[in-house]
Amino acid sequence: MAETSATTTHASPARWLVVAVPYLWLLLFFAAPFFIILKISLSDTAIAMPPYTPVFQGFGAIRDFFSNLDMENYLFLTEDPLYVQSYLSSLRIALISTLLLLLIGYPIALAMARAPTTIRPLLVMLVILPFWTSFLIRVYAWIGILKPDGLLTLLLQTVGFLGPNDQVQIFRTDIAVFIGIVYSYLPFMVLPLYSALEKMDNTLLEAANDLGCPPLKAFWKITFPLSLPGVIAGSMICFIPITGEFVIPDLLGGADTLMIGKTLWTEFFGNRDWPLASAVAVLLLLALVVPIVIFQNQQKKVV
Amino acid sequence: MAKSLGPVKRKFSPWTDPAAVPFIRFENITKRFGDFTAVDNLTLDIYEREFFSLLGPSGCGKTTLMRMLAGFEEPTEGRILLQGKDISGVPPYRRPTNMMFQSYALFPHMTVEKNIAFGLQQDNLPKGEIAARVEEMLKLVKLESFAKRKPNQLSGGQRQRVALARSLAKRPKVLLLDEPLGALDKKLREETQFELMDIQTNLGLTFFIVTHDQEEAMTVSDRIAVMDKGVIVQVATPAEIYEAPNSRYVADFIGDINILEGTVVATENTPGVVRLDSSGVAVAVEQECQVVKGDQVAFAIRPEKVRMSLDAPAETSVNAVYGEVWDIGYLGDFSVFLVKLADDRIVRAAQANVSRLVDRPVTFGDMVWLTWPRDAGIVLTR
Repeated sequence: MAETSATTTHASPARWLVVAVPYLWLLLFFAAPFFIILKISLSDTAIAMPPYTPVFQGFGAIRDFFSNLDMENYLFLTEDPLYVQSYLSSLRIALISTLLLLLIGYPIALAMARAPTTIRPLLVMLVILPFWTSFLIRVYAWIGILKPDGLLTLLLQTVGFLGPNDQVQIFRTDIAVFIGIVYSYLPFMVLPLYSALEKMDNTLLEAANDLGCPPLKAFWKITFPLSLPGVIAGSMICFIPITGEFVIPDLLGGADTLMIGKTLWTEFFGNRDWPLASAVAVLLLLALVVPIVIFQNQQKKVV
Repeated sequence: MAKSLGPVKRKFSPWTDPAAVPFIRFENITKRFGDFTAVDNLTLDIYEREFFSLLGPSGCGKTTLMRMLAGFEEPTEGRILLQGKDISGVPPYRRPTNMMFQSYALFPHMTVEKNIAFGLQQDNLPKGEIAARVEEMLKLVKLESFAKRKPNQLSGGQRQRVALARSLAKRPKVLLLDEPLGALDKKLREETQFELMDIQTNLGLTFFIVTHDQEEAMTVSDRIAVMDKGVIVQVATPAEIYEAPNSRYVADFIGDINILEGTVVATENTPGVVRLDSSGVAVAVEQECQVVKGDQVAFAIRPEKVRMSLDAPAETSVNAVYGEVWDIGYLGDFSVFLVKLADDRIVRAAQANVSRLVDRPVTFGDMVWLTWPRDAGIVLTR
């Protein structure tokens, strides 16, 4: 008895360490920054370096600390329609992009899953191939394609779709943003869908056929419901980061493309209003808690 | 055949009636996958209400043949007639056949109830009728209390029953069963075999079953077709297949058998009697076989038809061999004695263990006589 307890106590520090490391990581790089942001979001702007009132001024000032905190920034967010519009516009763009990604990604994933086993690894490789080039460079490349005198205009002029003096006017519009987002996030949609579809047993479709269900109906009755975990995973993996996307709307979007990531950036670097920007960031995080929880639950079910 | 081997299971033998119209007819069916010929110019008739088994080793083309009947594959040549109508080109979802898949292929996201109802819903039957039919099917396979479960909450045997219920729910003209009991353990398999037979008889359906398990085929079938490399070697009742195989392949595939190769040295005057020498072993059979002196043939005899004794029999010149007990396999109900002849060939003799182990007259190393009556063995020319 004594011996066994001795061995367990002996083993436990190492075991605790193993468990503690990821938590420590999260504490240092997620929880701590989050609480700093939260604190900043509750304080006031100060023209200083850094441009906010000090985070912490010793234990004596704890009461001051709390009395200085207020919801002013959050109230301001509700007063100026810009922020609400940015949030809604971000959610709208993320939602439409996710639907587009599903519409484009599903057939690709399905074709990959139905392809002969020997060429499937090659197809997966092709899907992830774009990652070998920097994301930023790929988005810049789209500027070259979409700008009025860019490759797209040239192509359409060559095939005769456009007259020699007409130009494609989609650069710096929402359409360009959608193109950029769908292009950039497609692998993140295709891969979870592929992994869900690839696991599916094809005899299920034969069974459905055999029972009198034509192929197209069998897709909706069998294939699609069984791929739902992949649909949800893919949608969440895309929806969550798209909502906070900054680079693509900044490079491809127009002045009227409202996205919360852009607004956030303007508050931080343009207006140097860090507390307000922090409040925007906190609300963005809260807005994304719901889809993240859905995603987590789905992952649990799959495992 | 010298003796008629009548139906063992029940009085049902439309294939002997020349006026009977086959329910399903495979007519000169050939199926090629690239260079590989899976089914080679095969013709086969199956009658209504028949329990028909297609038996063969894996890769012999039996599943391909079934899949062509279900509509998942189209024959390269030939046609399939169902009730006289050519069903080539009819997609699987319009064929009056239903299939029970080897893997069961139950829809994992649907409950037992919904799995069974699936086929009925495709026919747009009224809700009440579907519910009643599902109820009936659940009762048939004794799974009433499992209606709301999902397939992954069922045991292998229960899943097999759901698969059966689902394929029966639409009351197909022909039920196709692909290795239906393969995944079940022996006891459950035997039980289910009898249940399958009951269901088939009670519902009056035609069952077409594909299996590599000869015991299963023997138990359930009215007729068995033994397949090898895309062709049918023999179609006959289980008793005929077992007692009167038409070739070494069938004899060897079904059950345990001794096959002694030899050359015909003489055919006796008595009609239906052949005398042949297989390197010192002379056998006589009661069989009308078309052999002449010098033919290479095989003599086949089942171990349970071989008698064994320590004393020399009255007649030792024919249908008798002498050898040493080389090995004994004790199987409980039977013991199999491996007797080594002078030319090192092994003949197996199965002896029923009618008394308990205590007195076993024959043991390792004993010299024994093996004898058999004239109608016990068979001469195979193929």
